[in-house]
This record gives sequence, structure tokens and C-alpha cells, in this order.
Amino acid sequence: MTPEDIHEKLKTELGEEAVFDFHPVSTKDRDAWLQVAPFEIERVCEYLKTTKGLSFDYLECITGVDYPDLKKIVVVYHLYSLTQKHRIVLKVFLDREDPTMPSIVNVWSAANWQERECFDLLGVLFEGHPDLRRLLLPDDWEGHPLRKDYEEKEEYHGIPTVRPNPIDLFKIQIPAKEAKAS
Amino acid sequence: MATEQSLLNLMAPPKGWGSPQYKDDGGSVIQTNVDTVLNALLNWGRSNSIWYMLFGLACCAIELMHTGGPRADLDRFGAVPRPSPRSSDLFIIAGTLTYKMALRVKRLYDQMSEPRYVISMGSCSNCGGLFQYAYSVCKGVDQIIPVDVYVPGCPPRPEALLEGLLKVQEKIKSEKFLQMRYGASANG
Repeated sequence: MTPEDIHEKLKTELGEEAVFDFHPVSTKDRDAWLQVAPFEIERVCEYLKTTKGLSFDYLECITGVDYPDLKKIVVVYHLYSLTQKHRIVLKVFLDREDPTMPSIVNVWSAANWQERECFDLLGVLFEGHPDLRRLLLPDDWEGHPLRKDYEEKEEYHGIPTVRPNPIDLFKIQIPAKEAKAS
Repeated sequence: MATEQSLLNLMAPPKGWGSPQYKDDGGSVIQTNVDTVLNALLNWGRSNSIWYMLFGLACCAIELMHTGGPRADLDRFGAVPRPSPRSSDLFIIAGTLTYKMALRVKRLYDQMSEPRYVISMGSCSNCGGLFQYAYSVCKGVDQIIPVDVYVPGCPPRPEALLEGLLKVQEKIKSEKFLQMRYGASANG
């Protein structure tokens, strides 16, 4: 099925409020994508997985993108069907201040660690996730580093996070007067 | 007379016989010599049995495996890989060190028994390397533990790591192991 057919089917079966804002393949978008309402994501995914003809059996990837200009955090789902050989991309737009959405671990269990990674790096809270801990960073890490406004701390457990440039150590200091004159 | 002096005289006393170091004041001649000889002997043994701990963190680990393999063969210098910090003398840190791993590295280093040596292998463990502007990468192993030898390269060739091992051997051979272990009283 083409992405247009998939979108049509979803729209007729699940309604306009669940699935909207379809973007076909263009020079800007390499994959066709559509928007899903945050609290409909589990129903949409369940439908995509179980319906004959769609049968999306492979959750390729869950990622998150931070858009400070739009004040949104976008969670992107890449889905693929190994039997039907077709692909669709779902995007969920969340509020940047309160990024909360349901988990889809009950649909694809592969989502478990991917949602943990998304939580780790962007701070998206997946409700209903069985074990929402940090995946890559240490448990006592503060902040979510893939957010654009993340600032690195001075030190981590006494380890400084900045190393002075060795060239600076050998640079000759110019007296202030001469520097002004030149 | 001049020709007589230039000949090798096996019966002549040693050249430093008159120096304060060899002055006969109740057995210090023997003690000093025993000390030097024992140190040399111990260091010879220690430097030729450096057991290194396997600690591959990233792509440098592949070169570390190569160095242990038949072509570059670390074994011919008596260096044997060990799986445990308790039984190893040398800590080869090969690869990118993240903060999460840095705490583990510190703990493993503390578990090693002295005397212990550290080789920092590759740009990443020397200073953070390519990833030093990343939020999660430690800017050099020397921020957490003392390093004896830095091996530059990204990743270093097996020959470079071999030279690093030889530098550690040189360092071991220059040490006064008896004095380090039993204190200054070993001086006699």
C-alpha cells in the first residue's frame, strides 16, 4: 500500500481527530509522514499492527526531536511491514514544557528500550511504561542532553568536564597596553 | 707504562673501589651490591611478566586484540591478558571513556594491587579525542587516575602499543623495587 492509501484507511477507520496532517513524499520529506494525536497513539499503533493488509510488524525506530521555536518536542515512529513491504512515519507533537504521552510497549515490546532512550535524552515521559529509567547515561545524571537548551555541568562526581587547550598554556601573554595599541 | 694501563687487567681492583660508595665500613660493600643486584633481578623479572588487564572500551580494543595476536604478539614480552584487576599489573585503557564508565575505571584501578601501571591508549583516552566536546565523554583518563604512558593515535597501530609496553618496561627497570616495597631501610 502507498502512504496515501494507509492514511485514507486510517482516516476512515479511526477518525480525523486521531490521524491528521498528512505529508506525502517530497523534496523536503523523504518519507511520507502523518501526525497522530498524543493520546490516540496506542489505538493507532494497535490498528496498524493487527489490521490485515497493513500488518506493520516491525517498529524500526523511535526518536525524538526538540523544536524550541515551535515550543514542541516531536516523537517520531518509523514503522515497516516485513510482509507487505511498506513503510509509514508517525509523528507526535508534544508540549515542550510537559512532554507526556502513552507508551506503546503493549503493542510492540521493542519500544521498551527505545522509549527509555527517548526519555533519557529528551525527557519525554511515557505513561504506562513498565520501567522508565535512563538507558545510556548514568542514573544520577541531571538534565536531558538532546534538548537544545541543555548546558553542560562544571563537573561530574569531581571529574572536570573541561580540559584546557594545551596550546593556550604556551601562549605568550601580551601586556594590556600593547594589545590596545595593536 | 701507558700501554700497561690500557691493557685489561682482570686482577686489578674495581675502578670505584676508592669512592665513598664502596668504602669498607662494616659490610656496607656487600649490602650495597646485594641491593643493586637484587633490584636488577627483581626488575628484570617484573618487567618481563607484565600482566595486563583487558579493558577495551571502543575501536582501540580491536588494535589491542591485534597486539595480543600472533603478528604483533605481546606475549613475547611476557605480557599476558588477565580478566581480573586483582591479578594484573598493567591497565591498558583502550577507547573512549564516558563518565558512566569513568567511575568504573576508578573502581577497577583501586582494585589493582600495587605496583600498578596505566597505559592510556588512543586519542580518546588521552584527552577525549574526537569526542571531547560531547556531553558524556570524559576528557582524558588522567582526570581520574594517574597515567604512566600515553600512546597517541586514532587508533594506534599495534607497533605503537608495543612501544608503549616497552616504555613501561623501561620505567619498571629504572625503579628501586626493594626500597619501594620495604622502605628506605633496604638501603642498609
